[in-house]
Amino acid sequence: METSSALLDPIFLTLRLAGVTTLILLVVGTPLAWWLAHSKSHFKEVAGTLVALPLVLPPTVLGFYLLIALGPDGLGGLFGVRTFAFSFEGLVFGSVIYSLPFVVQPIRNAFEAIGARPFEVAATLRASPVDRFVSVALPLAMPGFLTGAVLGFAHTVGEFGVVLMIGGNIPGETRVLSVAIYDFVETLDFEAAHILSAGLLVFAFLILLSVTLITRYLGNARP
Amino acid sequence: MSKKADMVEVALKGRLGEFSLDVAFTAAGGGVTAIFGRSGSGKTSVLRAIAGLERFEGRVVVAGKVWQDESQFVPPHRRAVGYVFQEASLFAHLSVRKNLTFGARRTRDGVDKANLDRTIDLLGLGPLLHRDTGNLSGGERQRVAMGRAILSRPKILLMDEPLSGLDQAAKNAILPFVEALHASLGIPVLFVSHDMGEVERLADDIVVLENGHVASAGPLRKVLVDRSLGFATERDATAILSGNVIAYDESDGIAELDLGGQRIYMAMDETPEIGTRRRLRIEASDVSLTRATAADSTILNRLDVTILGIETSGRAHVAVLLALGTGSESAFVASVSKRSALRLELRVGERLTAQVKSVSLATSYRRPNRA
Repeated sequence: METSSALLDPIFLTLRLAGVTTLILLVVGTPLAWWLAHSKSHFKEVAGTLVALPLVLPPTVLGFYLLIALGPDGLGGLFGVRTFAFSFEGLVFGSVIYSLPFVVQPIRNAFEAIGARPFEVAATLRASPVDRFVSVALPLAMPGFLTGAVLGFAHTVGEFGVVLMIGGNIPGETRVLSVAIYDFVETLDFEAAHILSAGLLVFAFLILLSVTLITRYLGNARP
Repeated sequence: MSKKADMVEVALKGRLGEFSLDVAFTAAGGGVTAIFGRSGSGKTSVLRAIAGLERFEGRVVVAGKVWQDESQFVPPHRRAVGYVFQEASLFAHLSVRKNLTFGARRTRDGVDKANLDRTIDLLGLGPLLHRDTGNLSGGERQRVAMGRAILSRPKILLMDEPLSGLDQAAKNAILPFVEALHASLGIPVLFVSHDMGEVERLADDIVVLENGHVASAGPLRKVLVDRSLGFATERDATAILSGNVIAYDESDGIAELDLGGQRIYMAMDETPEIGTRRRLRIEASDVSLTRATAADSTILNRLDVTILGIETSGRAHVAVLLALGTGSESAFVASVSKRSALRLELRVGERLTAQVKSVSLATSYRRPNRA
């Protein structure tokens, strides 16, 4: 009983974290990707680079700054709690930043691939700007959204460094899969580590396969 | 001529990168106006500006509604415009049927079933309705795009070289549909083209653009034979004339038309309605000139003409501009060798006989009578 909850809790926590993070990323990332795809501002390349930073920064660097940002002098102080670090909310915040490029980039690419013509056609067919976004941009960019959501979810599931820096190892709150595996190895519980690791291995394989299939079949469906 | 309220009024001025545009023209409230010119002359920019997709300074008025002037610029989705782009640009995520009704669903009255069926019928779209847009041929895609544009109940139809992406066979297959479409519409059509063959077949009026300026504008039949424009001196010069059908002989398929008091005989495969006005096409290379008053010849058409002008056309030929009878309302061109012109001592003002080897219908569809 004890063992099964030690195995299951991190799984459910991780799925919840990845789910919430992916939802937030889709909401935040869509307008950002739209702006990056269509803005003529010179600042957009700077913004694009900022979005891409988590791809190359060591997670410890990101985690360190997040620790400060979530603390008493940052968001924590702003919301009257001492700190958001070592809490589920803090993990969500960190994950959103950390997985941002994995969601924004595919959506941006999808928007750019549509080009201006379908929107011009829609405009001459009486579609208002909002209508054009909903009835033309969103459906045509659907493969990009699916890819972005899958990658964002998977990447959040797999994060370790940032979690360790800002989340610690609180069961049910911040003890996600990757941290749990680390813990099991530390305590020489190789059987539990095997179960979780093999599970993640299969999960990662399925994720990459699904992204490939999405890109091939949905992406090419558009002439 | 149509009422002023139906007219299309366009005056645009501005720069687009290196390119400067300064055009002003009006188009009739019905019928087809070709916007003709070589690539880079500003044809597409004019069309895009009328639709509101491009912004220049100026004024655009369609069917009594001001779409643009000094004080306002109506956004494209509030303009009752039908736009057929060079590439069909169908929505890949929608079925053919949904593509067709995309615009109609966004009009105040929604999709009118009868109108939808009529359009499907007119453009032969029935067999395509359940096909995937990705599996349509170029001509089929363009037909769907045309249907989609007119189903949005436009007050003007803008067509930007809709046939240029098609090969000759597909073009020939789609042209009758375009003609049927134009004939059935009661709205002005602006048709951008760089292909004079297309223009001759489809247009009533023409606006010739050169480097962003209007070089000439007016009824096609006048512009084609306007000496200052150079169409007449091209080796494949063609004239468009219109005449009334006064008789048709069922036994040999020859129709008799009245052209400003003179008779034209031509072969017609289908029985024409007596009294209807048809557009005729006469190629300059099919016209020869003679002073002999009567001739035993296989040529059916002998017309009394007056020479309006003689222009050099290449090294060996001259283009002889001819007025039918003595008036200059109906004019056409004869392309004759320089040698014959010198031998006959052709002179401006001289009256003689033109023998026309071949007359064809410019359009297979009957269009609304227009002056």
